[in-house]
Order: sequence, then structure tokens, then C-alpha cells
Amino acid sequence: MNVWIAIAVTVVGCYAVKLIGLLVPEGVLERPLVQRLAALLPVALLAALTAQQTFADGRALVLDARAAGVAAAAVALLLRAPFLLVVAAAVIMTAGVRAITG
Amino acid sequence: MAEQTAFAGTHDTGGAKPDRAVVRDALAVGVAVGLSGFAFGVTSAGSGLSLPQTCALSLLVFTGASQFALVGALAAGGNPFTAAAGAFFLGVRNAFYGLRLSQLLALPRAVRPFAAQWVIDETTVVALAQPTRRAARIGFTVTGLSLYLLWNLTTLLGALGAEAIGDTEAWGLDAAGPAVFLALLAPMLKTTRERAVAGVAVLLGLGLLPVLPAGVPVLVAAAAAPLVLWAEGRRKTGDRETGDRAVSDSHDSHDSQRDQYGPREEDR
Repeated sequence: MNVWIAIAVTVVGCYAVKLIGLLVPEGVLERPLVQRLAALLPVALLAALTAQQTFADGRALVLDARAAGVAAAAVALLLRAPFLLVVAAAVIMTAGVRAITG
Repeated sequence: MAEQTAFAGTHDTGGAKPDRAVVRDALAVGVAVGLSGFAFGVTSAGSGLSLPQTCALSLLVFTGASQFALVGALAAGGNPFTAAAGAFFLGVRNAFYGLRLSQLLALPRAVRPFAAQWVIDETTVVALAQPTRRAARIGFTVTGLSLYLLWNLTTLLGALGAEAIGDTEAWGLDAAGPAVFLALLAPMLKTTRERAVAGVAVLLGLGLLPVLPAGVPVLVAAAAAPLVLWAEGRRKTGDRETGDRAVSDSHDSHDSQRDQYGPREEDR
């Protein structure tokens, strides 16, 4: 049930911000500070999410096979690999490290 | 996303870009990104969401980073509202895309509630890269339609696949989520400012993890954005001579993009 509540709130919130952009009169969101914050907010959130999903196990920090996988993804990104290949690199490396150490 | 650079040059070909070329560019983005719904379907099912829940997210939320963030937060045991808040804040950027698209596409008011669902990174990049309003409308529609159909189809297949193989961790599939975030983040780290924000956010996100309830550290990490801007402002007033130039050069990629399409609007 909790999951459906989270889904419903996300659906409504995400649709609302999309629609607001199309409906509000020009100028309201055009202030430079607002624009700069809007551009930086995803950077902060994505960085925190990447770090947490790599190193968090519940509420503890751990170093496991995922770190090797995300490192492989980083190398793939530096080599300008396409999106799916980046994800595949992380998955294969993580599975490989687990198979060897597991 | 990463397609930005690939399309930056296309408006140089002049006002008369054939419709077929627009459709081809739009399909290239729609198909490439649409396929990554596999990663979402697998991650979502691996996080413990049911098939209907996973498909509802792709059908109704339809903005990838928010979807990944939500299932990640739920898997970590966050309460539904903090989980949804993280997903919502990631979706806020779409409001700014909508603002630019509404000027560019000049959609009738009655169409806007329907077009809104397709206001995402990829449709915005394709539409902004087109030389005329007609091409922008075609680009937006074809990218939106192809991406929406494929993203939902591959979400379903990914979720079914994850259920079929059972233990997704043995297959390393729990690394798909952070890899997706990293791939979304990488093209955003253009200047020192973005890197500083990312660094502070990582420290806050990891440092607060053991002490705050699940889902909350990510929201606190969002404060890295105003924090870095504030620190920059202080440094700027501190040493006007050296700091100024770097800061004014690096900020507002939005403005430079708007300038690119400003003159084109007058051609119409």
C-alpha cells in the first residue's frame, strides 16, 4: 500500500511540474538565480543518489562488488560508450566480482 | 542528455530542414533512450515493486531519473513521502524545459495538458535543436511518441525478465541503478561549479546516511546546490579581481542556449 501511495504522489507531482512549465506566463521562472538553482538541483540529487546506491547497505556504508561495477561504468563513460553499454558494464563487472569472491 | 552535443550543430543547415531528416534525428534519440526502459524494469522489479507498480511508473511518471530515484528510495526502506519528494525534486527541471518549449512550439492551450507528459530531457533537446517551429513540433512529437512507446514496452519486458531470473543481485543488476544515475550525471559536470555541487552532495548523502531516516539524506544533499551558489557569491565579493571571470563564464548555459534559438524565431 505504501508503495502505491509513493507512486501516486510521484505521478501527481511530476505531471504537475511538467504542466506548470507549459502554462505559466513567461518571466516567472526566468530569474537567473531560479534558473541556476534548477540546473544545479539535479546535479546534487544525482550525485547523492549515485554515491548512496553504490555504498549504502541499509543505513551502513559498505564497499562491495557494486563499487567495482560503478567504477566500470565510469570508465565506460570516459570512453564515451552509449548509455546501455555503460549500464551493462556496471552489471557485468558487479556480477563478475560477486562470482569470483562470492 | 548526452545527445545534446550531437544535435547542437544541426540548425546550421538553414531554415529548410526536410521533415524526413527531423523524423530520423528524433527516432534515433527516441529508440536509443527508449531501450533503457529495460534497465528501469529490471531495477524496479529487483527493488521489490510488482509488475503493475513498475508499469504504472513508466506509464504515468515518464521521467527516468525520478522513476529510478523512487524505486531506489523505496528499496532502501524510505517512507513513501520522502521517497516521492526525492523523485519530485528531480522532476522539477522539467518545468524549465516546459517553459522553453511553450515559447518554441506555441501549442494551443487545449493540447498542453496532453503534451505535458512528454516534456522531458530528450524531447527538449531534440525540439531545441530544430531550425523552424514546424521542425521543432515534428521533432517533439516523434521523439515523445517513440520514446513513450518503447520506454513502456521495455519496462514491461525488463520487469518480466527480472521476475523470471529471480535473484537479481547474483546477476549484478543492483548496480544498474547507480550506473544509470552516473550516466545521467556525467554530462552535467561541465564546470567547477557543478563538480563542487556534486562533491558536496556526495559528502552530505553518505555522511548523513547513518544518522537520518532513509530517504532524508538525499533531500538534505540537495542543499549542496544553494550552498555552493552562496559560497561562490561570498568568494565573488571577497576577491572581485580573479573570481569574477570564471564565475560569469561558467554560469547560465540556459541563457546561451536561448540565444541560439532567439534569432531563429525571427526568421519565421
